[in-house]
Amino acid sequence: MARNLMALLAGLTFGLGLVISQMVNPAKVIAFLDLFGNWDPSLAFVMGAALIVTAIGYRLVWLRQRPVLADSFQVPGNRKVDAKLATGAVLFGIGWGLVGLCPGPAIAALTIGGGPALGFLAAMAVGMLAFELVDRRAAKPA
Amino acid sequence: MENFTPVSASIGGALIGLSAVLLMAFHGRIAGISGLFSGTVFAAKGDRSWRVFFVLGLVAAPLVYWLAAAEKPAFELQAGWPLIIAGGLLVGFGTRLGSGCTSGHGVCGLSRLSPRSMVSVLLFMAAGMVTVALIKPLIGA
Repeated sequence: MARNLMALLAGLTFGLGLVISQMVNPAKVIAFLDLFGNWDPSLAFVMGAALIVTAIGYRLVWLRQRPVLADSFQVPGNRKVDAKLATGAVLFGIGWGLVGLCPGPAIAALTIGGGPALGFLAAMAVGMLAFELVDRRAAKPA
Repeated sequence: MENFTPVSASIGGALIGLSAVLLMAFHGRIAGISGLFSGTVFAAKGDRSWRVFFVLGLVAAPLVYWLAAAEKPAFELQAGWPLIIAGGLLVGFGTRLGSGCTSGHGVCGLSRLSPRSMVSVLLFMAAGMVTVALIKPLIGA
């Protein structure tokens, strides 16, 4: 129960960050990506502030033996750059540039973005489902 | 540059960082939204409910802001339906294939100095900027 409530609070905090920074607004995101046009660098400040808080906060948190509500910290250990990572990032970047929504804002926009936001979220879920199917097939021995 | 909003951007960014720190402190998990969201369905049983609650918080946030500030958060989407669907599919598939998005790689990964996240962020930023430069003339923006 405590785990769920804390997750709800973390999700709410994240979402308020997206709303206050306007990252939930596709036009604002496109203006940031529009480096060669009427560039709006605001989102660099979103990322900069988030990074400062996270970089310091993580290191303080990791002074603990374990998380408050779990047995261990689950931090990705893989540090190898491979083709999957690079291809995925490029595909994601293209989709981000086409619409101006990445996964967090796509979910948060559900309540303010009407049909187009819902359509984007549904297509995103289908894309994730497609990945699971491809990935599971690839994992099976031939 | 007339729409430059560094103060609200920094406050919002700090809240996103705070959320990532909370999730690490209490759950020991990375606040990567693509993986977190996908896991509401595809994660192992018993590892799903906290994800659903995080997503609920995310969905509720604009409404909470709307009530508190008495102002609906701005949402302006220029892309038409074909681009919306194509973009959604690419974002969904790409973030899973590349193991993360703006939050998991961009915030959590970079703050851990992960080489994978640095490459990912450079690539998705570059791809996004090139895409916007290419489609702007097409959609007449």
